[in-house]
Amino acid sequence: MTATAEPEIGKARLRKEDARLITGQTTWTDNLQLHGMLHMAVLRSPVAHARITGIDVSRATSMPGVAVVLTGEDFAAEQGSLPCAWPITEDMKSPPAPAMAVAQVNFAGEAVALVIADSAYHAADALEAIDIDYDELPVVLDMEEALRDNDLVHPDLGTNKCATWIFDSAEAGVGTNVEDEIASAEVVIERTFKQQRLIPAFMEPRSVVVDTTAGMFTVWSATQIPHILRWMLSAVTGISEHKLRVIAPDVGGGFGGKLQVTPEELLCLLVARRMGRPVKWTESRTESMLSAHHGRDQVQKITLSARRDGTVTGLKVELLADMGAYLRLVTPGVPILGAFMFNSIYKFAAYRFVCTNVFTNKVPTDAYRGAGRPEATFAIERMMDELAVELGVEPMKIREMNWIRHEEFPFDTVAGLTYDSGNYEAATARAMELFGYEEMREEQARRRSSGDVVQLGIGISTYTEMCGLAPSRVLGALRYAAGGWETASIRMLPTGKVEVITGTSPHGQGHETVWSQIVADKLGVPFDDVEVLHGDTATSHKGMDSYGSRSLAVGGTALVYAADKVLAKARTLAAHMMECDEVDVEFASGSFSVRGTSTVRSLGDVVLAAHVAHDLPEGMEPGMDADATFDPDNFSFPHGTHLCATEVDTETGMVRISRYVAVDDVGTVMNPLIVDGQVHGGLAQGIAQALYEEATHDEMGTLTSATLADYLVPCAADLPAFLTDRTTTPATSNPLGAKGVGEAGTIASTPAVVNSVLDALRHLGVRDIEMPMSPERVWTALQGRPDPGSGDVTAGGLGSIDAQGGQS
Amino acid sequence: MHISVNVDGVTYADEVEPRLLLVHYLRERLSKTGTVVGCDTGNCGACTVHLDGHSVKSCQMLAVQANGHEVTTIEGLARDGKLHPVQEAFHSNHALQCGFCTPGMIMQAIDLLADESDPDDETVRKGLEGNLCRCTGYQNIVRAVQDAAQRMKPGAGPKQEQHSDEHISSKQPVGGE
Ligand code: FES
Ligand code: FES
Repeated sequence: MTATAEPEIGKARLRKEDARLITGQTTWTDNLQLHGMLHMAVLRSPVAHARITGIDVSRATSMPGVAVVLTGEDFAAEQGSLPCAWPITEDMKSPPAPAMAVAQVNFAGEAVALVIADSAYHAADALEAIDIDYDELPVVLDMEEALRDNDLVHPDLGTNKCATWIFDSAEAGVGTNVEDEIASAEVVIERTFKQQRLIPAFMEPRSVVVDTTAGMFTVWSATQIPHILRWMLSAVTGISEHKLRVIAPDVGGGFGGKLQVTPEELLCLLVARRMGRPVKWTESRTESMLSAHHGRDQVQKITLSARRDGTVTGLKVELLADMGAYLRLVTPGVPILGAFMFNSIYKFAAYRFVCTNVFTNKVPTDAYRGAGRPEATFAIERMMDELAVELGVEPMKIREMNWIRHEEFPFDTVAGLTYDSGNYEAATARAMELFGYEEMREEQARRRSSGDVVQLGIGISTYTEMCGLAPSRVLGALRYAAGGWETASIRMLPTGKVEVITGTSPHGQGHETVWSQIVADKLGVPFDDVEVLHGDTATSHKGMDSYGSRSLAVGGTALVYAADKVLAKARTLAAHMMECDEVDVEFASGSFSVRGTSTVRSLGDVVLAAHVAHDLPEGMEPGMDADATFDPDNFSFPHGTHLCATEVDTETGMVRISRYVAVDDVGTVMNPLIVDGQVHGGLAQGIAQALYEEATHDEMGTLTSATLADYLVPCAADLPAFLTDRTTTPATSNPLGAKGVGEAGTIASTPAVVNSVLDALRHLGVRDIEMPMSPERVWTALQGRPDPGSGDVTAGGLGSIDAQGGQS
Repeated sequence: MHISVNVDGVTYADEVEPRLLLVHYLRERLSKTGTVVGCDTGNCGACTVHLDGHSVKSCQMLAVQANGHEVTTIEGLARDGKLHPVQEAFHSNHALQCGFCTPGMIMQAIDLLADESDPDDETVRKGLEGNLCRCTGYQNIVRAVQDAAQRMKPGAGPKQEQHSDEHISSKQPVGGE
């Protein structure tokens, strides 16, 4: 066994996962072909709200290759209701959520019939031969209109209001009363922002295969959550959990979009049970857009109070959150994940958050990268700019005046959280230096004074987020139905090789590489001697899966503790083998030695001795395996400063990002290559919300952005090169010091871009532009006159302050 | 219909339905599952393969249109156990995360590098416009393609690493785009 010379943690290791992915030796779910396999195709409702008055499947049933055509009636007795694991309030309204509509459809795209055939082509052919009569009902699309309860999505509920969830700092005893702060404030700013509906748009369409042979139900699914899926499928179908095995093989991205128990997973399982044969379903992209859950979709009314000197005092947040037609796995809780983040890095005295969840006839919403936190970050970062404009203070200065200083950590926030560590000054200083902040402001002033057609804007986002989901007791207090721990096992094999089993479920994040690095460091074994097993409930029997930037902070920590257990036992055995006292045993670079002697046993020797078990200390069990489960006692709080320069063509409305700097503090970094990659990808999705993407509907509730031609996932030419760097304050809530990085880029970047575009145009009278800031919207905003009630916005935007020799 | 197609150096003779897409022929009949499907409108590029040395979207072509032609997929790039320099560059530059877009991205990058031996940032970004990646933000993909260009420069490595279907690249592309 070779000693590892330099530490693995922190090394830019190239990924283990790549070998199969760059050669096409992959195991995507849709690759599976099983003997006798049937194919399932789903007919989806073309209308958003209607009663089903008749279904005629006779033509479809007689089509070539068709085994059976099934409707909601066929499943009514056995399909139950898809689970929602987060009833956020006691009185939350929760309609039954059938996997397939029985009597009524509530969104366009909802499953109404299935064809089971011998090939995917034959199944698709027969879909067209199914005749369904719909009796259309009024369509509820707009949230404010929905709350008037004139037309109801679910008449049985008597209302479109799902739930109202409130946090109040005065009631919680962690701050003053927000209404008092607003009443006595010198400055009050009120704004309404729209968080448009987004589509996660993972590149691998969802796919499910169910096999029923060998007395088991084996479910392969392109999912982020094999463990939760197994639990929930068992709960819904009554199939005993120990007779269900769920496998998430190679999974092509998720971003929250595959954090779901889907209708199709359930239907595939029910069909396989009914037919006694393997069944496969793979969605088309259009189906994915029409039926996989969407994200965001909130209207945010924000009131901020401050003193004239710029000190913020109170923050009131009133949200409307669109649930869509049903509550999926964590639908109602997504906006609540933002509840603790609106105050962000700033020291508000008072905070109140009221969220009203609303049903509409649209695809259900649920987790999408950041889930609640991007929305919160957007709102507060937009508001800090609005305050800066109102007071004529440089926007970075207003942030600096109000943020938590590095010597104030740990800091108890007005939302009731304790931020463990951070250094906003350091990240900001580094970002401003990389960006060339002062020179940028000078260039901006030049373009303004010369009346350049292409104006320059500078946008700031000094964000934080809560990651490492989550302390189980906190989840319990929030009425979430599961815990937030994670688990890991280490199997020491007799040859000294190591198998790591993790309850996390990677789908692009590189856990196989990073988990190997951690174990290599802890146990002093070579990186290549570690194999990471995941995503199969038969090998990885326990876990809470991957989402919420939790895998490293929680799952990585479990792995550290499992390694500690291996070493503790190995140390006892090593002392026994070397005939010395345990306190004299030292461990370094994979070997045990007796202090002050040349007696050495490698970990491999000790593992073998444990395995053969010929001579163990009294009472020691054979073998050297260990399990550990870690339940964090706090979240982790990555933060950073993002600066975005945009060039806005005032004649065409075209926006081009000319410089983007991201300086993130994600705690201790295991692998900088992977961290950079996560930041890049996150930035792309956050920028896409600001500039490109929006799920749109016509007045009938039909999704009009149901293809990748209409829903503008950015291509390489749409995005700039990013300049990324890091500052580091280790998290204190886990031994790795890791904070999480999966969502940071997405959370931070959207407001940076929007603030930048507005900064470019404020002096031309533009106050706000809805996302996505398409050329058309930007151009239209430029044609409009300033809102007469808006005060003196034409006198100068943020950038004009420097130009006037102002307050920076 | 009867077709004869050379895929990754092996000639296959098959009876296929006229409507069968090339990508489904590759995946389901030949088990060449390295090539994947990401959309139904020709927008994502996940299915990109080479037809007679030029990139095509195999979801936009019928299998019968490949009759008599040579198809190279991601699975046919490595030679004698050596990865293609573009494959190597994707690995070395961390140009993939979930890897779903990667086969198509690599096939398109090879095509791009056949026309542009030393592309700048913008040329790479434009050249990959038809291939979507949701994970990487493209930054490392651009870097990888530029790195691959250096690796493929004459004298940059052993000859067999530099192939890019040169033996068939003189033929005209058919079908597809
Ligand atoms: S699968 Fe999307 S372009 Fe071919
Ligand atoms: S690496 Fe996941 S889509 Fe490109």
